[in-house]
Amino acid sequence: MSLAVTPRATPGCTDLPVLRERGQREVFCGLTGIVWLHRKIQDAFFLIVGSRTCAHLMQSAAGVMIFAEPRFATAIIEERDLAGLADANAELDRVVERLLARRPDIRLLFLVGSCPSEVIKLDLKRAAARLDTRFAPRVRVLNYSGSGIETTFTQGEDACLAALVPELPEAEDRSPRLLVVGVLPDVVEDQMLRLFAAMGLDRVAVLPPRRSTALPAVGPGTLVLLAQPWLGETARALEARGCRHLPAPFPLGAEGTTGWLRAAADAFDVSPSRFREATALGIARAEKAVAAHRPVLEGKSVFLFPDSQIEVPLARFLARECGMRPLEIGTPYLHRGLLEKELPLLPDGAVLSEGQHVDRQLDRLRAARPDITVCGLGLANPLEAEGFTTKWSIELVFTPIQGYDQAADLAGLFARPLDRARRLRV
Amino acid sequence: MQLAVWTYEGPPHVGAMRIAAAMRDVHLVLHAPQGDTYADLLFTMIERRATRPPVTYTTFQARDLGGDTAKLFRDALIEANDRFRPAAILVGASCTAELIQDDPQGLARTAGLEVPVVPLELPSYAKKENWGAAETFYRVVRAFAGPHAPPPGTVRPPRPSDRPPRANILGPTALGFRHRDDVAEIRRLLARLGVEVNVVAPLGASPADIARLGEADFNVVLYPEIAGTAASWLARSFGQKATRTVPIGVGATRDFVREVAELAGVDPSPVLEEEDSRLPWYSRSVDSTYLTGKRVFVFGDATHAIGCARVAAEELGFTVVGLGTYAREFARDVREAAARYGVDPLVTDDYLEVEAKIAEAAPELVLGTQMERHIAKKHRIPCAVISAPVHVQDFPARYSPVMGFEGANVLFDTFVHPLMMGLEEHLLAMFREDFEFHDEAAPSHLGATATVAAAASSPAAAAVALLRSRRSEASDAPVWTPEATKELGKVPFFVRAKARRNTERYAAERGIRTITVETLYDAKAHFAR
Repeated sequence: MSLAVTPRATPGCTDLPVLRERGQREVFCGLTGIVWLHRKIQDAFFLIVGSRTCAHLMQSAAGVMIFAEPRFATAIIEERDLAGLADANAELDRVVERLLARRPDIRLLFLVGSCPSEVIKLDLKRAAARLDTRFAPRVRVLNYSGSGIETTFTQGEDACLAALVPELPEAEDRSPRLLVVGVLPDVVEDQMLRLFAAMGLDRVAVLPPRRSTALPAVGPGTLVLLAQPWLGETARALEARGCRHLPAPFPLGAEGTTGWLRAAADAFDVSPSRFREATALGIARAEKAVAAHRPVLEGKSVFLFPDSQIEVPLARFLARECGMRPLEIGTPYLHRGLLEKELPLLPDGAVLSEGQHVDRQLDRLRAARPDITVCGLGLANPLEAEGFTTKWSIELVFTPIQGYDQAADLAGLFARPLDRARRLRV
Repeated sequence: MQLAVWTYEGPPHVGAMRIAAAMRDVHLVLHAPQGDTYADLLFTMIERRATRPPVTYTTFQARDLGGDTAKLFRDALIEANDRFRPAAILVGASCTAELIQDDPQGLARTAGLEVPVVPLELPSYAKKENWGAAETFYRVVRAFAGPHAPPPGTVRPPRPSDRPPRANILGPTALGFRHRDDVAEIRRLLARLGVEVNVVAPLGASPADIARLGEADFNVVLYPEIAGTAASWLARSFGQKATRTVPIGVGATRDFVREVAELAGVDPSPVLEEEDSRLPWYSRSVDSTYLTGKRVFVFGDATHAIGCARVAAEELGFTVVGLGTYAREFARDVREAAARYGVDPLVTDDYLEVEAKIAEAAPELVLGTQMERHIAKKHRIPCAVISAPVHVQDFPARYSPVMGFEGANVLFDTFVHPLMMGLEEHLLAMFREDFEFHDEAAPSHLGATATVAAAASSPAAAAVALLRSRRSEASDAPVWTPEATKELGKVPFFVRAKARRNTERYAAERGIRTITVETLYDAKAHFAR
C-alpha cells in the first residue's frame, strides 16, 4: 500500500500532482458493464461464468430488477465443477444449450469471464470457439473477461468491445470513414449522428451497433472517435486493424462536445463555416441551459472518488462550464493517452489521484469538507449522514449526459443534491 | 453449473456481513477480489444504513496474484484493527479468495493481534447467504459465550424464585425482513408476560453481550434460518430451551405466548385475554366476505412462507394454492405445511421455475419476495412482499412488524390492500356492463397506473382476445359460438379465465365440439360448489 506524490512531467499537460494509492478499492468489477451493454446490443446475451457472488452483484448493481427475464445470466460454478475442468466445460455447454433453446432471439452470446473462472483457469476463449462452431451460423459466441481481478467497472465495456474488434468486417476501400466507439444512450447517439450528417459526414458508423448482425467495417481508412474515456484496449485493437485514433476531449458539456465533434470535422476537412453552422444551435442551447444551473453550482467545491474513469472530463466540465472547484479528482486509472486533450483543461489547485485506499481518501475528504462529493452508492448514504452532500457516480454511466442537449441535465445532476440540501428543514 | 437469472440468496460471505453489520464493536476482514465491495451498497442503499458496514476487503487484483496475496490480507487485517479498534474481528474469504487458499485463519493467528479473532469457513460453491449468516452467528456465539459454558453434563439450576424469567431474542440481522420492528414488538410482548430480555442478538449486540447469553433462562428464536444453529448449541452447552413457534399471525402469536409462558413458568392468560389485534374482527366484518376463498400463492424463506400461509388460510379465509421456499435447509418444514393445505410443496431457488408454477396455479394473490413481485407484475396478479430478499420498500419509515399481534394487523393490511376491496368488487360485479365499470377499472386505491393496459376495450373484445390466446395453446380445443363468446364477456374479468377453462374442460370431457351459451351455463352448474 504505497503512497507517492509525483509531479507529472508529460509535456503539454498541466502540472497537477498525482497521488497514486493502493489499498481497499471501493469500485465495481467489469461485469457491471453488462447492465448497459445488454441494453445497447439488443440481440446479445451476456452469460457470466462465475459464482453466486457474480449473480448477486448483477442483481444488486442493476439496482432494481427492471426486466423480468433480462438478457444476462450467470452460470454459477458449483463444487463439482471445481473438481474437474473437463466436466466444467461439459456443464457450460449444457447451460448454453438450455439458454439458447430458451432464447431463439439471441444472435450473439458473450461468455463473460469472472474472478473465479480466471482463477481456476477455465479457458473461455476455447469454450467460445467450440460453442461458436456448434451454433454457427445462427449464434456467434465470443468471450471477454469482466473479472474484478482484471477489470474495474467500465473496463468491462472496454474488454467487451475489444473482443468485438476481430469480428468487424474489413472495409472494402481505404477512403476515410468515421467510427464512433463506446456505448452512448440511443438518444445521444442519434443526436450525434444528426450532427455529423449536418457537417456532411456520410460514412459514420458506431461500435457497438444496436444489432450484432450489423457490425461496422473497419480498415486503414477508418478514423476512430472514442465516446468514452475508458476504451484504451478497444482503441489499441482498432489501431492494430489499421484504424487511426482521433485525439479529442470527451463530449461532456458544450466545450467537450464541440471539441469532440471538431476532432472529426478537422479529420474530414469540414470547413469552419459548415462546422459553425452545424454546431451553433447546439452550443447556444447548451450554454443557455447550463447557465440556469450555474447560480447553484458556481464556486462550490467538489471531491470525486474514483469510479468509472469519467472523472477527469467531468471535473473539466464542472470547473469550466459550471464554475465549480474540483479539490480531488480520483480515477481508477489515469489513461494519459486518451486524456491528452482533457488534462490541460483541468484547473490548477486540484489533486489528481489514481487508484484508491478508501479509508485514507475518506480522511482527506473529511479534511477537505467539499460542498459536494461524487462517490459510489456504498459510500453515499454514510457520507450524507455525516453531513456531506453527495452525487452518486453510477448515474454518470447509466444516464444520457453527453452532447449539447444533455449538458444541462449533467449540470442538473449536481444542482439537485445541493438544492435539496438547501430546501430541507428537518 | 446452475443457470441463474436472479438469485434468492447471495453468497455465504454476504450472510457473514449481515451478522457483522448487525452487531456492535465487530469488524469483518474479507479476503476478496476487487468488485466484491458491491455488497456494501445492499446495506447503505436498501436498508438506508447511515454508516458503512464494518467490513474491510483486501480487493486484490491480478497483479497481486503473482505476488503475495497473503501479505495483502495480513496488512489489511492489521490496518483495519488499528483504524477501527473493534472488540472482535471476524475473518473470512469470498468465493475467489477461497480458491487461492491463503488461509485467512492461519494468517490471523500469526498476525499477533490482541483482539479476539473469529475465523469463518464460508464454502461459497456449496452454501448460500442464510447458511453463511447462521454459521457466522454460531461461530460468534461459540467464541464469546463458549468460555462461560458450564462443564458438559451440568444440569441447569432452576431459576431463583425472586428473579423474573429472562430470555434472549435470537436471529434478527441487518438486511432482514422487518427484523427491526419484529424485535420491538416481541420485546413488548415478553414484557407483558413479565419476561425480561437478557440479550438481543446479533442485532445490536456486542461481543460482551454475546458472552452473557448463558445468563438467560431460555431463548426466543425468531428466525430459525439465522439462529437455529446457535440456539441448538446453546441448548447443548447451557441447557437453554428455545421457542419453536414463530409468532406470525394471531394464531401463531397465541401459540407463542403459551410456549413462552411455559418456558418462563408464568401465566399466559392475562396476555391472551387482553389480546389487542384487530385482525380477527376485520376478517369477520362483512367487507371481508369477498376475501373468502381467494386463491393465494405463497413463496419465500421458510419462516415467513409458512407463517403467512397459515395467516392466509386460517385468518383471512384464503385458499392456499401454492406454497414454496428457496431455503432448501428448511424443505421439510415447508413440505409439512404444504401437506396441511393439500398443495405440492415447491422447493427451488430457480426463479424461472417459480414463475412457471405461479403461472400454472393462476392465483389471485401472490405473497412472495421481490422476485415474485416482478413475476406477479408480469402476469398482472396482485402481490405483497412477505420475505427477504428485500428491496428498499421493505424498510418502511413507519413501525411495521410482521410478528406479534401488531404484526398480524400489518399482515391483514399487507394481504388485503393489493386486492379489490370487498365493496368495490361487489359493485363491479353488479355494474360490470357499465361503461365506467369496465374490465379495465382497476382498484381505485391503486391509482391510474394500475389499469390493465393490455386488456381490450370492451368485455366482449377481451373475451375474444382471451379465446384467441387460448387457441395458440391447443389447436384441438372446442370452438366457441359468437353468442357464447359474448356471454363469456359478461363474466367478471377476474374469473373469466377460470370460466373459460371450466367450460372447455366440461366440453372436452363430454366430446362437445361447439360451445354454446347453454354449454357455458351447463358447465357453470356442473362446477358450482
